[in-house]
Amino acid sequence: MERDDIYEYSLDGHHNEEAGKKIRKKIWQVTALLTAITILEVIVGIFLGRSSTSGMLWQSVKWGYIILTLIKAGYIVMVFMHLGDEKKSLRYIILVPYFIFMAYLIFVMINEANAVHGAWETYHF
Amino acid sequence: MAGHTTNQMDSATLWGGKTSPFQVSYGKMMMWFFLVSDALSFGGLLVAYGFTRHTTLDAWPIGEETFNSLPFLGHGYPLVYVALMTFILIVSSVTMVLAVEAGHRMDKKGVVKWMIATIIGGFFFVGSQAWEWYHFIHGSEFGKIELADGSQAIVSGHFGEIKNFTVLEAGKHHKKGEVIKEDLMHEFQHAALAGKLKDGTITLHDGTIAKINKEADEHMHLIIKKDGSKYKVGDKIEDEKAAKMYYESLYSGESNKVIYGANLDQNEYGPQQYAQFFFFITGFHGFHVFSGVMINIIIAIGVVMGTYHKRGHYEMVEKTGLYWHFVDLVWVFVFTFFYLV
Repeated sequence: MERDDIYEYSLDGHHNEEAGKKIRKKIWQVTALLTAITILEVIVGIFLGRSSTSGMLWQSVKWGYIILTLIKAGYIVMVFMHLGDEKKSLRYIILVPYFIFMAYLIFVMINEANAVHGAWETYHF
Repeated sequence: MAGHTTNQMDSATLWGGKTSPFQVSYGKMMMWFFLVSDALSFGGLLVAYGFTRHTTLDAWPIGEETFNSLPFLGHGYPLVYVALMTFILIVSSVTMVLAVEAGHRMDKKGVVKWMIATIIGGFFFVGSQAWEWYHFIHGSEFGKIELADGSQAIVSGHFGEIKNFTVLEAGKHHKKGEVIKEDLMHEFQHAALAGKLKDGTITLHDGTIAKINKEADEHMHLIIKKDGSKYKVGDKIEDEKAAKMYYESLYSGESNKVIYGANLDQNEYGPQQYAQFFFFITGFHGFHVFSGVMINIIIAIGVVMGTYHKRGHYEMVEKTGLYWHFVDLVWVFVFTFFYLV
C-alpha cells in the first residue's frame, strides 16, 4: 500500500538533463582544481620538501600543505558528497561536533607531545 | 494562563512526523552519522601518529626520501608514485559522483558505466597500495647502516649490481673456483644481516667462502638519521668517503649493522613506531578502500538488475557514493601527513 503520510526525500535529488549539464560542469571544474592542487603539492615536495628546506621556509611550506589539504577536503565534502546542497541544520550537525572534538584532540596532542618530548630530552630514558 | 494546557494544537505547531527536520531520508542521515564516527577513528589514528612523531628524539623519516620509487623504473622519483595513487583515487571519486548525477536523471546506463569505472579505479588503488607495501617491506638495496661511531645513516644512490660470487673455499654445495650466479642479492643481504660479509668476501649457508664481484655504486650519499659520537642527525656524507664508510660497516663481519626494509620490530626508514603507524593507518585505509570496492560491486549489480530503477530513485548509489568519497577524503589527509609534511 502506498503511504501518503511520509515524505519521500529520496526523490528530492532528481533533476532534468539541463540541470545535469550544469552539475557535471561543476564536477569537472572541481576535478581540475583537485588535480592541480595535488600536482602543486608534489612539485613543492620535490623542490621545497623537508629534506631540502628548514626553518621558516619549511614552516610556511608545511602550513601551506595543511591549508591546501583542507581546501581539497572542503571541495570533496561540499561538492562530491553534496553536503553543500543539504539543509543548513544537517550540515552543521555533522561538521560542528567533529571540528570541536578534533580541535580539542589536536590541542591535547600537541601539548602532551611537547611535554613528553621535553621529558625525554631532559632525562634520556 | 500559567499552568494551563490544552489538548488542541494547530497543525503548524504540531510536528506530525511527516517531514524530517533535516529533510533527508533516514538512510542517508545514518550514512552521514556513520561517516562522522569513522572520521573520528581516522582522526584519532592520525593524532596518535602526530603525538608519536612529536615526542620522538630520533629523526623522523622524510617522505620524499623514503618513497622515491616507481614500478619498473627504480629509484629517484620522489613522491611521484603516491601522487599517482592520489590521482587515481580522486578520479575514481569523480566517476562515482558522475554515477550519482546520472542516477538523479534516472539514466540507468550512465550509472552502470560510471560505477564500473569507479570499481576499476578502486582496484587500481588497492593494487598500487599492495605494490607500495611490498616495496616498503622489502626495502632498498643499501638498507640503513650503523656506522663506526654508532650513528645510523640511510643511503641514497645507485647500488652497483652484484655480478657473481667466485668460490674461494669450498663448502657443502660448492666447489673451489665455481662461479655462483643465482640468488645473489638475497644471499648478500642475508649474509650482511648475519655479519658474514668480510673484506669483500661472503660466507654462504653451507660454509662456502666466496669473493663478491660487484659493480661500483654511483652517486652514493649517507644521510645521518641517528646521532653517533662523531656524526649528528642531518649530516650528509658524500661519494667516496660515503662508500668507504658504508662498506667498512657492511664488511665488518659483525651482525646487525644493517637493516633492510621494514617489519613491526625494526625498519630502515626511522623509529620503530613509524613502520607500525604506516602499516596500521595505510592498512586501515586500504581495508576501507577494499570494502568500498566490494560495496560498489554489490550496488552495481543491483543497478544492472534494475532494483533501484523500479524503486524510482538511485539513492543507494548516492549512499555508497558518500562512503566512497569519504575514503578519498581520508587519503587526502594520509597523503599530507604521511608523505608530505
